[in-house]
Amino acid sequence: MSEQTGTRIRDFILTRFPGVELDDRVDIFTLGFVNSLFAMELVMFLEKEFDLRIPNEEMSLDNFRTVEGMSALVARVRAGASAGAGPA
Amino acid sequence: MTPAATFSATPSSDVDEAALRAGPRAFVDAELAPRADAFDEAAEIPEWFLTSLAEQGMWGAVRTGGMVAFGVLHEEVGRGCSSARSLLTVHSMALYALDRWGSAAMRERWLDPMTEGGRLGAFCLTEPGAGSDITAVAATARPAPGGGWLLDGHKKWVTGGERADLLLVFARTERGVSAFLVPADTPGLTRTPVRGLLGTRAALTAEIRFDGCRLPAEALLGAEGMGTAIAAGVLDIGRYSVASGSVGIVQACLDASVHHATTRRQGGVLIGRHQLIQKMITEMAVNLRAARALCLRAGRLKEAGDPATIVETCAAKYLASVSAMRAATDAVQIHGASGCSAERSVARYFRDAKIMEIIEGSSQIQEVLIAQHALTAAGGARPAARAGAPAAPEGSTA
Repeated sequence: MSEQTGTRIRDFILTRFPGVELDDRVDIFTLGFVNSLFAMELVMFLEKEFDLRIPNEEMSLDNFRTVEGMSALVARVRAGASAGAGPA
Repeated sequence: MTPAATFSATPSSDVDEAALRAGPRAFVDAELAPRADAFDEAAEIPEWFLTSLAEQGMWGAVRTGGMVAFGVLHEEVGRGCSSARSLLTVHSMALYALDRWGSAAMRERWLDPMTEGGRLGAFCLTEPGAGSDITAVAATARPAPGGGWLLDGHKKWVTGGERADLLLVFARTERGVSAFLVPADTPGLTRTPVRGLLGTRAALTAEIRFDGCRLPAEALLGAEGMGTAIAAGVLDIGRYSVASGSVGIVQACLDASVHHATTRRQGGVLIGRHQLIQKMITEMAVNLRAARALCLRAGRLKEAGDPATIVETCAAKYLASVSAMRAATDAVQIHGASGCSAERSVARYFRDAKIMEIIEGSSQIQEVLIAQHALTAAGGARPAARAGAPAAPEGSTA
């Protein structure tokens, strides 16, 4: 995964939950502090921070469980957008 | 690249607020407010008036005008009639979900008519046994033979449910809770109007039963199991609308109270001369400013796509709804006996304001969410985040 993408995601989570020791492969939904509002915040953050829109087929909880998973999601969505951006 | 558009991308936050307000205010003053008591008495907003709202372009505002403009519109409509604002709220929630997560087929069929107001939407989460706790949803959707889904369940307190054409329904599936868009004419769907409500009596509230309703595969929103996240996003829109509508109630209470205080004499003295009356009016005027400012902030953050809008909207909803109840209580007090009767609109404001403290997450739910946010932001309640930690229960979406 892109280290820079992971860092930005990690920073966002740590801003919201300062002091958490965050492993990039940890399932954040198992930590006890993530509620549905934070799930929505995550979606908004990824879309704004990386200037993309997460398509329906990627709106799976599994894509948001870990920093690593979210970084991979960002890479996939970007790749998909690039592949679809052909000449008019 | 597809642009980020979690919320409406049309910026309205840099437009003069008075300009955004002028059109809705004129309509509400001329057409809605004078009829709101009659709608409340009849427990119905007639079809011709719903068409009037469509002619004003109000049904599609969540997609078309920017979120600040959306909030101003819902404040103005809420000032005139909380029942009408409630119908706009749930419609906007369904339309937002359709726009954000709907399949191509559903968007093709429903997006334009929902935006124009030719077709109306509603939000079906609450159940008799589960309240608004999405983790306790008992309605089920199972794969149908040959494709699609079979939906069974019972939803209560569905605002607009009596009239809606397209229902946003949450049901349990194999992979968790999922969200579906269900046309109201689906065989097996029955609705029963709910009467005798304390407030928002004209909001066409219904109970809805789904008995083996067969849905096409494209009725699923987003992906299977994403219902909790979808509900969180949709409820954020609803919460913002209710917050804005509550500001409208405070404004209506202030307007009525000032008018009464400057025209009603007791013992030869205008009651507005009494300092205890002035105190109540001061509370309304100050809370109005504070709640409106929080709504404006939440709207601006939405337009910016800033995740901070989520908790700011909770704060706006909390303060605005509590302020509405307090303002309505004082407005009735200022009006005395007449304020306790259908003779004065403040009696309706009082009944409607109580509903605002309950819907889209009660004041107590907001208190918990806001406190959790503050505690975690300060570094409290922070477990070590390492792989293999035990699973935590899901929280309520409300």
